[in-house]
Amino acid sequence: MMAYAAKRILQVVPVAVGVSVVCFMLIHLAPGDPLAAILPSDASADLQAQMRALYGLDRPLPVQYGLWLIRALHGDLGQSIATGRPVTGEIAGAAVNTFILAGVATVLGFTVGATLGFLAGLARGTWVDRITSGIAMLGVSVPHYWLGLVLVIVFSVELNWLPATGAGPGGRSLDWSYLRFLVLPAVTLSVIPMGIIARTVRSLVADVTAQDFVSALGAKGMLRRQVLRHVVRNVAPTALSVMGLQLGYLLGGSILIETVFSWPGTGFLLNTAIFTRDLPLLQGTILVLAMIFVLINLGVDLLQGAIDPRIQR
Amino acid sequence: MFDKKLKGLAIASALGAVLALGGGGLSVARAQGVLRIGMTASDIPLTTGQSDNGGEGQRFIGFTLYDALIEWDLSHADRPSVLVPGLATSWSVDAADKTKWTFHLREGVKFHDGSAFDASAVVWNLDKLLKTDAPQFDPRQAAQGRSRIPAVASYRAVDPMTLEITTKAPDATLPYQIAWITLSSPANWVAQGKSWDAVAQHPSGTGPWKMEHGFVPRQRAELTPNKNYWDPKRVPHLDEMVLVPLPEPNARVAALRSGEVDWIEAPAPDAVPSLKAAGFSIVTNSYPHNWTWHFSRLPDSPWNDVRVRKAANLAVDRGALKDLLGGLMIPAEGFFPPNSQWFGHPTFKITFDLDAAKALMKQAGYGPDKRIKTKVIISPSGSGQMLPLSMNEFLQQSLAEIGIDVEFEIADWNTVTNLWRAGAKDPGAKGATAINYSYFIQDPFTGFIRHLQCNLTPPAGTNWGYYCDKDMDALFDQVRNTFDQAEQDKVLQKVHEKYVDDALFLMVAHDVNARAIDKKVKNFVQAQNWFQDFSPIVME
Repeated sequence: MMAYAAKRILQVVPVAVGVSVVCFMLIHLAPGDPLAAILPSDASADLQAQMRALYGLDRPLPVQYGLWLIRALHGDLGQSIATGRPVTGEIAGAAVNTFILAGVATVLGFTVGATLGFLAGLARGTWVDRITSGIAMLGVSVPHYWLGLVLVIVFSVELNWLPATGAGPGGRSLDWSYLRFLVLPAVTLSVIPMGIIARTVRSLVADVTAQDFVSALGAKGMLRRQVLRHVVRNVAPTALSVMGLQLGYLLGGSILIETVFSWPGTGFLLNTAIFTRDLPLLQGTILVLAMIFVLINLGVDLLQGAIDPRIQR
Repeated sequence: MFDKKLKGLAIASALGAVLALGGGGLSVARAQGVLRIGMTASDIPLTTGQSDNGGEGQRFIGFTLYDALIEWDLSHADRPSVLVPGLATSWSVDAADKTKWTFHLREGVKFHDGSAFDASAVVWNLDKLLKTDAPQFDPRQAAQGRSRIPAVASYRAVDPMTLEITTKAPDATLPYQIAWITLSSPANWVAQGKSWDAVAQHPSGTGPWKMEHGFVPRQRAELTPNKNYWDPKRVPHLDEMVLVPLPEPNARVAALRSGEVDWIEAPAPDAVPSLKAAGFSIVTNSYPHNWTWHFSRLPDSPWNDVRVRKAANLAVDRGALKDLLGGLMIPAEGFFPPNSQWFGHPTFKITFDLDAAKALMKQAGYGPDKRIKTKVIISPSGSGQMLPLSMNEFLQQSLAEIGIDVEFEIADWNTVTNLWRAGAKDPGAKGATAINYSYFIQDPFTGFIRHLQCNLTPPAGTNWGYYCDKDMDALFDQVRNTFDQAEQDKVLQKVHEKYVDDALFLMVAHDVNARAIDKKVKNFVQAQNWFQDFSPIVME
């Protein structure tokens, strides 16, 4: 297991370097100017040149990349051009909000999706299968930003039950005054992973239950409950792997949901950084999100290896 | 087995029940006297003194926490705003040396931290923006303030209550420039460890509002009244004003309709009918905003012919465009809104007259077999751009009627801003002969001079189309050398008449500064200005 873990961890290094180069270069290839965010539109050329020098944007790109990488390795992602605040702090604050949102959405999506998928897999061809598969299909197909708007119209605007935007004035807590801000974005975000997990688990359960060993276990007199435990053990590694990928997508891909709900996470931060061409913030956020994605995949691989030792080979 | 299925369904039902539990009585209780505003900005504007985020930043942070030496009169809705004394009670230019200005400062004013306001504080603030080796120099505030005071050459405190500013050349527009500069407390900067980052969370100005508890980036800022404000008439009546960044238009509407905020800036035109039906007020007024096409005047541009420019202006049915925007625009009759003090009496009437437009095109040598084909830079969205795609497509169809075929070069707002700065000659313009851009036209420089003065072509300024006319430059010189306000207004009217009579732009629309407000919000007077006074507001 240790050798397998070391090999997988070492594979992360070139991926991380590649990610940093690609994200740096892509951002600089895009048209636009980060100084547009802080200078009045009629700022003189002299003032623009002064500000460009002040922020180091007048240096050659390889120099800018080298300096950024060295600082990044020391945990310093520079300062946001638009706000002047340290990027590391900006991302850290936003990442906590995104982790909370993605975490709740993952738990919700996984729990509901796995339950529906398991039921459908066990009851193939019945009305239970058709209903749960329909729900899963809807979950995968529905555009989640549209669903978010619909939920806002129903639960916020019409019923006035839940807040439509933001994370509340009181700060993070387990109190309902905070949690109620989480409900709509988390439910909206959970819909796609719920559908994907449900479909995955359904097909896995169907495959596993059709195998001979399940019949053999039953024939040996094992209780249904015990047989199902074996089915779960066989289904779990793949379901976990899919869920890990989904968590990665949720952490990095919640930009639309966070924007629709003005949820102050990394997606909202990224959206702001894109529109203001805030290069340090954009580079830092993309790098952090990409690394989180890489690390989640690493974690899932290690977990799969631990659950099913055959994978280590 | 069936029990397990039931259990699974029960879990799903329970989740539904949890959602439903959000139920009645859980909406935020609204304290009496607290006004919550949904801004279009994605973050709290810069709080240290010279705010960012354009007009909205100045509106909600610049002129709430801070004051300028000269301010805008925001107390009337029925006439254009004019400059009034702020932290300076009077100002005058030296009769013998027109570059030397004296400002007499207001006595007894204190910053929120209790320190006294005087001439040395003004000098300190100007150094903060202009003197790069000053300890308090702040690049972020300099980026905002420096370009607003291009005339300033030097300044000094004559005595504790008298300030002298010397300009690079005689410039009668200095008071308009000074009205941009909001003054922060030097003593507070020292108290905060000489760190502007620390000041951001503990700002101190002399304005009618204070920020006593800092702010949460991208989430909220809470302003409380400055009960000791120097102008008793402008001491805020509210207990608190909360600013919430809500950049997404649908999120702003939802926040208003669900009772999370009481006021939103810039509701989308298509949301207005539903907001009105739900009982919200849509407050609008004329203000110095402009939505135009700037024409290239490079040699190969079709817009060099005044007949073509006039024909384009006559080909647009602005009434229909107004309907398209749900009534949220003022049809352009000139470069400034019709009720501006600088509108004057142009002879060219901008109306919808397709026959006259076609006749002008014919005179210019164009017709069905000889059409103009040209390219225009537009953005799909952007600050102050209203509904740019729909509006530009409307113009495209209108101009096609008179033989002008327009192809769009679409770029995002940030890129269009850069292209506007770079000028029509820049390769990034890709041969476009016009650019759609909207902006602030509140003072002589931003309203007139920057667009058309010969020496302000890129990179020196934003004369995008490389227009140059010695008569126009002579008028601009006259504006800068007319120190009597009423006389200067007359010169500015002449400038505007030339803008319109020469049809120097495709003049289309002025925004109406729309905001949707809960009926509980009372006593708001929407001034004809980018900035507003929140002091008289009460919550019913």
